[in-house]
Formats: sequence, structure tokens, C-alpha cells
Amino acid sequence: MDAILLQILNGLDKGSAYALIALGLTLIFGTLGVVNFAHGALFMIGAFCSVTLQKILTLSSETLSATEKDFLGNPLKIKTPYVESWFGPEVGASIIDWAVPLAILFAIPVMLFIGFAMERGLIKHFYKRPHADQILVTFGLAIVLQEVIKYFYGANPIPTPAPSAFVGSFDFGPLLGLDTSLAYPYWRLVYFGFSAMIIGAVFAFLQFTTFGMVVRAGMADRETVGLLGIDIDKRFTFMFGIAAAVAGLAGVMYAPINSPNYHMGMDFLVLSFVVVVVGGMGSLPGAVLAGFMLGILESLASMNEVKAIIPGIDQIIIYVVAIIILLTRPRGLMGRKGVMEE
Amino acid sequence: MSFSNLTRRGLIKTSAVAGAGLALPTYLRADGHSGFTNAPTGDTVTLGFNVPQTGPYAEEGLDELRAQELAVQHLNGEGDGGMMNTFSSKALKGNGILGKKVAFVTGDTQTKSDAARASAKSMIEKDGAVMINGGSSSGVAVAVQGLCQEAGVIFMAGLTHSNDTTGKDRKANGFRHFFNGYMSAAALAPVLKNAYGSDRKAYHLTADYTWGWTQQESIAAATEAMGWETVNNVLTPLASTDFSSYIAPVLNSGADVLVLNHYGGNMVNSLTNAVQFDLLNKEVNGKKFEIVVPLYSELMAAGAGKNVEGVIGSMNWNWQLQDEGSKAFVKSFGEKYGRPPSNSAHTCYVQTLLYADAVEREGTFNPCGVVEALEDFEFDGLGNGPVLYRGDDHQCFKDVLVMKGKENPTNEYDTLEIVEVTPRAQVEYPHDHPMFAGGDLGKCNPGA
Amino acid sequence: MFGLEKRDTRLLIIVAIMALAAPFILNPFPTDSAMAQFNAGYPDLMQRFVIFGILAIGFNLLFGLTGYLSFGHAAFLGVGSYSAVWMFKLLGYNIIPGMVLSIIVSAVFALAIGYISLRRSGIYFSILTLAFAQMLFAIAYSDLIGRFFGTPITNGETGLQVYTSDPQYFHNENLPNIPHLFGQEMQSTYTLDVAGWSFDFSFGYYLCAIIMLLTFYLAIRIFRSPFGMMLRAVKSNQQRMNYTGLNTRPYTLAAFVISGMYAGLAGGLLASMDPLAGAERMQWTASGEVVLMTILGGAGTLIGPILGAGFIKYFENIFAKINDNVLHSWFSFMPDGIEDFMVTIIHPFVGKGWHLTLGLLFMLVVIFLPGGLVEGGQRIGRMFSRKKPSDDAADGTTTPAE
Repeated sequence: MDAILLQILNGLDKGSAYALIALGLTLIFGTLGVVNFAHGALFMIGAFCSVTLQKILTLSSETLSATEKDFLGNPLKIKTPYVESWFGPEVGASIIDWAVPLAILFAIPVMLFIGFAMERGLIKHFYKRPHADQILVTFGLAIVLQEVIKYFYGANPIPTPAPSAFVGSFDFGPLLGLDTSLAYPYWRLVYFGFSAMIIGAVFAFLQFTTFGMVVRAGMADRETVGLLGIDIDKRFTFMFGIAAAVAGLAGVMYAPINSPNYHMGMDFLVLSFVVVVVGGMGSLPGAVLAGFMLGILESLASMNEVKAIIPGIDQIIIYVVAIIILLTRPRGLMGRKGVMEE
Repeated sequence: MSFSNLTRRGLIKTSAVAGAGLALPTYLRADGHSGFTNAPTGDTVTLGFNVPQTGPYAEEGLDELRAQELAVQHLNGEGDGGMMNTFSSKALKGNGILGKKVAFVTGDTQTKSDAARASAKSMIEKDGAVMINGGSSSGVAVAVQGLCQEAGVIFMAGLTHSNDTTGKDRKANGFRHFFNGYMSAAALAPVLKNAYGSDRKAYHLTADYTWGWTQQESIAAATEAMGWETVNNVLTPLASTDFSSYIAPVLNSGADVLVLNHYGGNMVNSLTNAVQFDLLNKEVNGKKFEIVVPLYSELMAAGAGKNVEGVIGSMNWNWQLQDEGSKAFVKSFGEKYGRPPSNSAHTCYVQTLLYADAVEREGTFNPCGVVEALEDFEFDGLGNGPVLYRGDDHQCFKDVLVMKGKENPTNEYDTLEIVEVTPRAQVEYPHDHPMFAGGDLGKCNPGA
Repeated sequence: MFGLEKRDTRLLIIVAIMALAAPFILNPFPTDSAMAQFNAGYPDLMQRFVIFGILAIGFNLLFGLTGYLSFGHAAFLGVGSYSAVWMFKLLGYNIIPGMVLSIIVSAVFALAIGYISLRRSGIYFSILTLAFAQMLFAIAYSDLIGRFFGTPITNGETGLQVYTSDPQYFHNENLPNIPHLFGQEMQSTYTLDVAGWSFDFSFGYYLCAIIMLLTFYLAIRIFRSPFGMMLRAVKSNQQRMNYTGLNTRPYTLAAFVISGMYAGLAGGLLASMDPLAGAERMQWTASGEVVLMTILGGAGTLIGPILGAGFIKYFENIFAKINDNVLHSWFSFMPDGIEDFMVTIIHPFVGKGWHLTLGLLFMLVVIFLPGGLVEGGQRIGRMFSRKKPSDDAADGTTTPAE
């Protein structure tokens, strides 16, 4: 029982990353009809926003140590972050400690800008082009973004720890009246809460604002909305920015869970496409639902008890589920007719 | 449509060509008359450095490349000579190899067996390389070793830790300086016993591919021999990025040690996840919970950051060693690149020197001569103390380092500390040990 | 000629000449010159060009004609390779049984996967094929089947190889210990040295090239056949086809299977040239590569996919090998400061940065040449023959992608 509960927690946590990426991808698919293979790269850039802020905050002045030597026998350079010398060691250290949450503020403008720039500079010219061309150009862009990050940060993962306040785990065991422990890391709980908040915010925005209403109308029937004299293009550009920001924020907060590296976006790319399609093309709730569902199923499949029955099931479960769902429900869980079916 | 007709015609045509081919004598490369592939004719000799330059191990590949370039400089008599001055064999004179200036070509293995073989092939076919060196995964090493055996060039393996490289998949033209899973286990077991006691329950997470399997097998055998119990061994997909669902059940499994048979990005993530779950601060069975990472590398430790603190693992070599050879190497590497070399860099550097020395001693680039010179060759002064290149399986035997994540690193390179240098005698094994059985070196192949 | 129209015959002849003269065409620079780095005329790469050409031609038969974008085509490539290597292990190194089996097995897999996946269209179809391919990849990479039977079937991430202890039923001492065709080794190469140039004529390459020409010929026939017309009709409007009472599924399934067999043949050839089957060749990145090759070259055109395949493989194998030493040797004639400057500028784009160059070129090609590399060729062609623009537009090789 406790094992299953733990895996469901895990699934919710994994699922929240899947759901956030898929949500952004669906915004781009659903609103603009563009197959964006660079979406994983946006997630990666988000994570590197955390890394970058951490690097900026730890920019240091160097002094030579009188006693200690480095590996060549020269005097060791002792680094003191500027932040620490400006605000005092304690305040400075805690600012550095909170680099990842602070990176949210840093990432929002960066990601919105990247989103706008991508849409205006590149994607705009590909609305009328075949999906194949969109794949090629966005895949090319993904490689370029990835290589640029590699050029500046190297290929090795870069540790980006969570604030020390969130180190450790919370034990659900006593809370649920179980006699075994059910410990789950704080930061992963934070990640889940954060994702739920973002997902809620995106839905509220689309549901309750006039802007959102127009965008939804545009998703349903772009031409008619255009005929009504509404400049839908501008709003779509904005939605692209939002989608990039959602992917980016998913990445920012993901950095402490796994040290970011330049190809982490590619690891998520294929999976996020599967999530979107299983959820159903053009359906935002579908993307979120599929994200959480696949996350939970993947976690449950990696339980030892399950693996004992079918070895290796954890490696293929997502694809098995995708096949079953697409064969029983022609347009995924909640897909609309006629979107990307041609 | 009548395609069947056409394909049959195609078949006949093909067979006709094949027949024509049969009638022709097999022409070989022009330089093949000297009796072996890519015999150097001019005043240079070309070595092929095949390392991962893209993908997750790119950083490691880069470090190998640095070391290889340094080795070439030293061979050509540039720089301070590095380990050539401390090497017990004095055949190398700093005038290239056999008087020929050393040139090199580089390639990208992408850490994929296919790509690595393509890259090695281009070095052999296009650039005329007589030796291939480098790599950072056992899958790639085994694949390239097989290719070199077929093509008739020497393969000096880079970082490859699977027992299979010099076990099941050993080849006469291939040589491994790096240590292996069995040696890691033999070196770690006594240290683990001292540190954590002999009554422990271990939970293994193992990367689901050849290297992971052989390492897990070795570690389980060695720790069980000293009284540990293996509670569970869970195979994790290599493509995993999030290990939470494999780590979550560990605490309630009754185990009090977690062994992570992972390498590279897998290890960085699984260790980070394990620390997230706060395993190191838990107590199980009345003992403090511990994590073991059997194979360490500097780059992985850097990627995992603070999470390595207090975690024990093993290494082939480390820049903190204080013998003359290591000091000379760290000095010339550090002065050139401003950073200490990693243990994969050390292996690639040493392998290049060893190859050059073997050629020099034997007086020929012929792979069979090199094999003869390297088999059962004993040397010293290249770090690791006295070393034996065993002829039976082309595995090097030398001291193994047991490392521990440093509590308060003073700088970015100072992440690990040496706990113990396990002497060579303790990690030796017969070449037909069951974990290495089933292999056949075959005969050295000079190619053309 | 050969039952082809004039312009197709012309195209076939051009491709044939290019394929047969490849050792000359791809080695334009003298061996000792600094530009020799760009020579691609060594056996392994030439073989890759034509083998991936076969793969892309086959992929284009499905995607170019029907518009169905399969994102799991690498699975058939891998299945073909594994079949071939198993034949080497069981029967011996003669490549014929391996090739035959690789085509048969990939056809069986394509039939099964296609039968299920073709129940859906558009992106749903793409994701189904992707899911199947990723499943096969996972199974091969961790050798899940082998674990079930207790003996290696795919030999995991190391790749399936031939060992001396394998049965090799038809092998005997007179036969070479590497893949061969009735005794003629794939590796055997005749090197022609003319002045500073060196040209490699490899038996393996010519075998691949001839097979490629045959498959290319077959592809032209399919493009021009009533069957091809039917597939194109499916692409332009499947619904209308269905309303006329015609069941399109058998046609698309046939295209899928043929395309899978092309991939299987390519896989078998790959194993024949280099007897090792690695699981990576089934991964989604490999499937994606085929898609990119086809789009890059020009989807729906006859020759485009071959160009795309050559383009990508060239970058992978040539650009990845350019290191700083090579750069310095190119610019050594310049003054020191400028030399270092040039090296610094170019450094990020070569060697370990070859991906960056490839990514940039993908973008440039698709932005400026909407029809792929084929369109680039046409534009160049038009520049030289301004007089007959209408003739070019009517050229059958330029059927646009959509």
C-alpha cells in the first residue's frame, strides 16, 4: 500500500513536468497549428535560467591564499562572491541559496522574449508551410539552441541545488496513519504545487479573461474570428510567448531535481509529443490529464512487483499505453476532430 | 505491375558482377605490401583519437582529447616530456615513434557503437591510422575493438569498465589499461567492510546494459563474500532521467546500503535523487544509511556537486596521487590546460605512450609486433605503481584507488579524496575467472 | 528505356553515373593537400551514402506519395540489421541469406505495425509508429527478449556481433572471415594512385551502389505506376477517395510495407558492410534522421532523399573530424594573429560543434529553399539555362511536397 502511494506521488511529480511541457506544446499546436520540435529546448533553456542566475550570483572576486596551494602548487585562489561582499556573508549566502526560486523572476521575461522572438522571427513565416517544413526548421532551431548552451556551459550536468530550507523529505506515514514511513522530498512537493499553480493560472487566463476568450475562439475557428475584425495574429504571438514561458518555468524549477545539461530538452521532446497526442490534439485539459496519467502509470510500472511479472515494462509502458489509447480512442483522450489529422 | 521480373533480372545482374569480382585478384591497398594495414610510408605516423565529442559524455571526451594531444606533443619532443621522464622503459626518445613524427586525427563516437565504428573506419580507411585510442563507454569499446581486430590495427581502449572488454569480448588487437568491475569490487569490499561493517543489507540499482550488469555482478559477489546481503537488484532503463520511482521504495525495503551501478548522467541523477529522498540522513536497522557508487569519475562528481559528500567509490587513477609519474603528468597537463587531468585523460595519455613505447621496442608498427611487445609487459612510473599488461587477456593490473566524496571541497577540482590505494595483488584474478569466461583473444591480425 | 519516360531515364542515368563514378567525384582533392579533409571518397562513407540513400528512397515512397509521416522507420532498419547479423552467426558470412532475411523480416514487422498504425492518420499515425519503434528500441537496447530466452538476441547496447564460437553452418576455411559475396570480400578495395590523388574502389561500395540503383529504378516505376497515382490521390484527399467507395487502406498498407522493406534492405546492407548491429540505429533520433534527410532533400521528389541522406552523413563524418590542428594547417599561410582569429571563428562550427553547423543548415535550407536541396539544384540549373523556365517547372522530378 505504502509503495503504491509513494509511486502515485512520484507519478504526480513526474506528471507535472510532462503536463507543463505538454500544455505549452498544445498551446502552440492548438493555437498556431505549428509542430514545435524546439519545445524541449525551451524547457532546457528554462533550466539554464536557473543555472545562469546561480552563476551570476556566485560571480566572485579572487584573492590569493597565503597558506593553501592549488593542484599545481601555486597559491590557491579563494573566491568570494560579490553578493557576499556586498550584503555580508550571511545575507549573501542565503541569496545564493535561493537562486532557483529567484530564477523564476529572471526566467519569465527571458522566456517571453525568446517566445516572441521565435514567433516573430521564424515561426510566423511557417504557418502556411507544410508540417514537414515546420519539423525541419524547429528541429534545426532546437539543435542550434542546444549547441549554443553547450558552447557556453559545457556538456557536463551542472548541480543547481534547491534552497537548503527544502532539503530533506516529508514523511506522510504518520499523517496517513501508516506504520511505515512514506517520505517524499520537499522540493518535489514544491514542484508539484508550483505546476498545479501554473496550470491553474493558464486555464484561468484562457477561461476568465476577454483575451483568453478571443484566443479560445481563435483556436476553434481562426477565420471567423479574423472576419470579426479581431487581430488574432498579435494574440497568437502572445500565446507563443506564454507557451515558451510555461515550458521555461517547468525547466527553472526542475533544475534542482536533476542537474541540468544541454540535451535534457531532447530527453523530454519525444515524450511530450506522446503526451500531447495521447491527450488529444488541440485539447488543453487533455494534455494535462495525459501528462499526469502517463506519469503515474510510468511510476507504477517501475515498481519491483510489476517488473517481476513483466521485466522491462517500465521502459515501454508509455508507448504501450499510447498505442492502446490511440487505438481505442481515435483522437486521444479529449482530442477535437480535424486537428492535425490530415 | 511486374516487379518480380525486374528483381530477378537485378539478381542475375548482381551475380554477374559478383562473378566478375571473383575472377579478379583481391587488390589491396598500395601500402599493403609491407604486410600490415596502414604501414606508415612517409615521415609521419598517424594515430586515431576516437572520443565522444557530442552527447552526454562530450566533456569526458574533451578531456581525453586534451591528454592525447599532450601525449603526441611529448612523443614529438615538445613540452616537458611529462611521464616519458618517469616511465620505466626508456625506449622513447622524444623524436616521434621510430623517428617518424606523430600526427593524429580526431573523431566523434557520439557514444554510439554505430557512430564510433563509422568514425574509426574513416580514420583507418581515409587517414591511414595505425592505432585507435579513446572512448568512454564499454559498448563503444567492445564495438571498436571488434572493428580494429577485423581491420588489423591496434585498439588502445580509453575509459571502459565492463568486465566484458577483456573478458567475453577480448580481442588480440585490443588492450585495456583501465580497470574493470571486478577490480572495483575487490578494492571496495574491504574498505566498505571497515567503514560500514560486515552486517549490511544492500539494495542495488543497476543501469540496464552490459556494463551495469557486469559491475553489479562483481559488487554483489564481493560484498556477499564479506557477509553483506543483497536485498534487491533493480534494473533501471538507461534512458531514465528521473530515478525517483526506483529510489522511493528503497527506504522501506529493509536495506541499509544503496549501491548505484550507474555511470555518467545516470549516476549524477540517481545520486542526486537519492540525496533528495534524504537517504543519507536516515537510520535503518539501527545503522546509518549509506550510498556506494562503485565507479567514480571527476566529471560525475562535479555534476553531482555536494551530493557526493561522504559517498565511497573507486577510480583508476587520481590527480592527487603523489608518485613521480602522476606529479609529472599533472604538472604538464595542468600547465597546458589550467586544470587537473581526469582519470580517463590519464588512461588515454598512458595508452598512447604505451603504444609508442611498444612500437619503439619492437622496431615495427606491425600490430603483431606491438601485441608481442605489450603482452606480459611490466612497467612503472606511469602512475599506479608497478603495472603488468597481462598477455592472457590484455588487461592491465595495477593498484586501484578507493575514493570518497570530500566534505568541504576547497575548489572545484577538489571534490574527491583518496581513502585507500588497494594494492595490485588484492585485485588480481585468473584470466579464466567465471566473470570473464567465454572469451577468445584469437590471433593478432595485421590486416592487409 | 527500361520502360521509363525520357526524363526519368535521364535522371536514372545521371544517378547511375554519379554512383559509379563516386570514388572520383567524392575525392576531388589531392591526398596531401589541406583540402583533403573534405574528401569523402573512402569506402565506409560512400557505402553509408548509398545505404542511407536506399533508406530515404524507401521512406519517400511512403511519405512523399501518401503524406503519411512515419516517425518509426528506423525500427525496420534495425530489424533488418539484426536479421542479417543473425544469418552471419548461424549460416556464415555470405551476405545473400542475410539480405533476404532482412527484407522478409522487416516486411513482416512493417505489415504488423502498418496494419495497426494505419487505422489512424495525421499526427496520430506518426505517434503510433514512433511508439512501436521506441518499444522495439527499448527491447533491443536492454535485450528484453534475450533475457526471456536466456541467450542474447540483440546483445544489448554493445550490439550484436559475430563470434568465432558461433555455429556458422556454411562457413569453411576457404571462405573469408568477414562478410563476403560468394568469396568476394566486402572490404576488398583497389586503390588507384594517380599523381597526388588516390581513389578507392571498394567491392562493397559497388555492390551497394548497384542495389541502390535497382531500388531507385523500382522507386521511379512505383512513382509512375497507377499504384503511385492512387497513393498520390490518397495524399491529396483521402476522404474523397473513401466517398467514391474505394478502400484506400490496402494501398497505403502496401506502400508502408514496401517502404519498410527498403529500410530492412538498407539495414541488411549496413550489417553486410560492417557486421555489427547496434540498437541505436532503432532509436527515435535515427527515425528522425530519415525524416530530416527526406525533407531536407525534397520530399516527394525522386532524387531529393538521396541528396538529403548524403548531406547529413557527410556532415556527421567529415565535419566531426575537423579539429583545431586541421584548422591551423588551413590558415597557416596567414600571419599569426589572423590565423588564430580565423581558427577561433570557425572552431565552434566544426569538430565537437558539427551539430551546430548541421542545425543551422537545416534552418537555412528550409527557410530559403522551401522545396529542399532539389529546389536549390533547380535554381542553379535555371541560372544557367534561363531560356526554358517552363520546361523546368514541368519536370517530373520536382513534384512539390504538398
